[in-house]
Amino acid sequence: MPTFVRRRIVSSAIPLVVVVLGVFCLARLTGDPAKLYLPLSATPEMRTEFLARNGFDRPVLSQLLDYLGNVFTFDFGESLRTGQSAAGMALRAFPATLQLAGTTMLLAIVGAIVIGSWAAYRPNSVADRIASLLSMTAGSMPDFWFAIMGVLIFAVTLGWLPTSGVVGGPEVWVLPVITLLIRPFGVLVQVVRGSMVTALSAPYVKVARSKGASEPRVVFGHALRNAAPPVLTVAGDLTVGLVNGAVVVETIFGWPGIGKLMIDSILQRDFAVLQAAVLVTAVTIFALNILIDLCHALLDARVRQVVPA
Amino acid sequence: MTVTVDDHVTGQGDPAPAGEPRSVHRARWWRLLLRDPAATVAALVLLGVFLASTLGRVLIGDMDTEQNLRAVNTPPLHFENGWQFVLGSDALGRSVLARLIVAGGTTLSVAIPAVLISLVVGGAWGMWAGYHRGWRENVSMRIADIILSFPSLLLAVVVLYIFSPRVANIVLILSIARIPVYLRTARAESAELRSRLFVDAARTFGTKSGAIIVRHVTPVVAPTLLTVATLDFCFVMLSESSLSFLGIGIQAPDVSWGLMVAQGRQYLQSAWWTAVFPGLAIVITTVSATVLAAWFRLATDPAQRWRLALPRGRRGTRSALQEVHQ
Repeated sequence: MPTFVRRRIVSSAIPLVVVVLGVFCLARLTGDPAKLYLPLSATPEMRTEFLARNGFDRPVLSQLLDYLGNVFTFDFGESLRTGQSAAGMALRAFPATLQLAGTTMLLAIVGAIVIGSWAAYRPNSVADRIASLLSMTAGSMPDFWFAIMGVLIFAVTLGWLPTSGVVGGPEVWVLPVITLLIRPFGVLVQVVRGSMVTALSAPYVKVARSKGASEPRVVFGHALRNAAPPVLTVAGDLTVGLVNGAVVVETIFGWPGIGKLMIDSILQRDFAVLQAAVLVTAVTIFALNILIDLCHALLDARVRQVVPA
Repeated sequence: MTVTVDDHVTGQGDPAPAGEPRSVHRARWWRLLLRDPAATVAALVLLGVFLASTLGRVLIGDMDTEQNLRAVNTPPLHFENGWQFVLGSDALGRSVLARLIVAGGTTLSVAIPAVLISLVVGGAWGMWAGYHRGWRENVSMRIADIILSFPSLLLAVVVLYIFSPRVANIVLILSIARIPVYLRTARAESAELRSRLFVDAARTFGTKSGAIIVRHVTPVVAPTLLTVATLDFCFVMLSESSLSFLGIGIQAPDVSWGLMVAQGRQYLQSAWWTAVFPGLAIVITTVSATVLAAWFRLATDPAQRWRLALPRGRRGTRSALQEVHQ
């Protein structure tokens, strides 16, 4: 088990290193870093002063060492907009995104297990067909449009829910969570259904039934545990992809999370903040990948054993 | 020399027995398509979108930029100012229909090249990696893992910050983000194929590995890759729309469906149609591509094709809706 964990940490760390180095390379190799960091209206004097102050006139290698040092001490400089530390801004925005994404994934997984198992319990039934059709449409829905339609119907026309913002009771959560939910939910229902159809037709299910286990116990105790690994893999990928949705949803609903921070810093050319936000996201994804691998190992003993290559 | 081997390959991935005339073969495909009403409608919709954004683009001239200030915010189905306002007009009095047609062209001109580039590059790379195994396979898979473990929108966000958001850059970044999908699929199939008898036979005859990949591996892998590409078309289209909606994709004065939704969003209370119709266009196109991909998966799989040949009542209406999204 420790060998397995160590291996997974090393292989998940590679993308993280690539992201860290990639940001550095992109910022240096495209020419003038002042163009990236300073607003478009900056004067030539401001540029030279900026380059000298930040050491951009030194050799690339020593710049790289400086940059890596800054990454490890989590120092990305100051935001051009607010003058606050970029890392601080990213970390303050982070919990809002985490709450939103966590709630969404929890609802998506629980919902998909219930609906998917229900559809798989009687393949080809009406329930199964409706679930397939709905989940397919959900998977091909543009989330930004879905959000705007939600605002149009429930906020503008009916006035039941607020158009945006985070201040208020549970009603501010409804539209953001549902918008973020549709895509992962649609995909997960399909995966749970497929996986459960296979599991429910396995011989051990027949054995469990003939020894007199109750139907819920057969479905959720025996079949679900064996159907879980593929669902877990896809759920992990979807959680990584949730960042895509979070950027859109946070922008539309004015949710003060990391996705909105990224878009704002792009539109206002604030590279230090963008860099900090991207790295916070990359570290989260790194941690998430390890967590998923550990869950796999807990569910399936075969994964734990390290097979010699 | 490889003729016999070749026929064997065709038999693996292709429904037509060797020697069957091509026209018969093609007619069979049409029949399979017409058998599935959902897939037929989907194909017609996609054809319609394609024709509208190519032929239709020529027909409407510069109607999309023409402002008619007397017809500002015309609701849909009001014809006082002319037929071009059948889907309403925006705050500058431009025809929503004409703008939809032009925007569709932009969206397709991003989505189609991006899908083709990632299909060709990822497919070729994957077959090469899977055929050779060893370090080539390992390195390729690690690269795919790295790209996939990073959200595509984030990648696009960083790159489009540094480079200007032109169509060429958007195409490039979207195709790089999607290459791993084809790379993985092609690698898995070609790694399995390399141990098959017909590949062995070709190798025994002394065929070079490049030629084996082109002549013997590609025809078998191609249907799967094309199915993935059809599904991926949706993903790329949605990504481009999201980027344009967020203001870092297609830039005004160009227009794409995503950008139209973003522009219409400000007028949600006074002119809902400027945001609703472009979004509907996206949904209709992506759902059609998904349905067609599902049909294509069945039609190209010899073990599943019988489902399409059954009379409708017996196989139900769900034939095309199964096993979408993996």
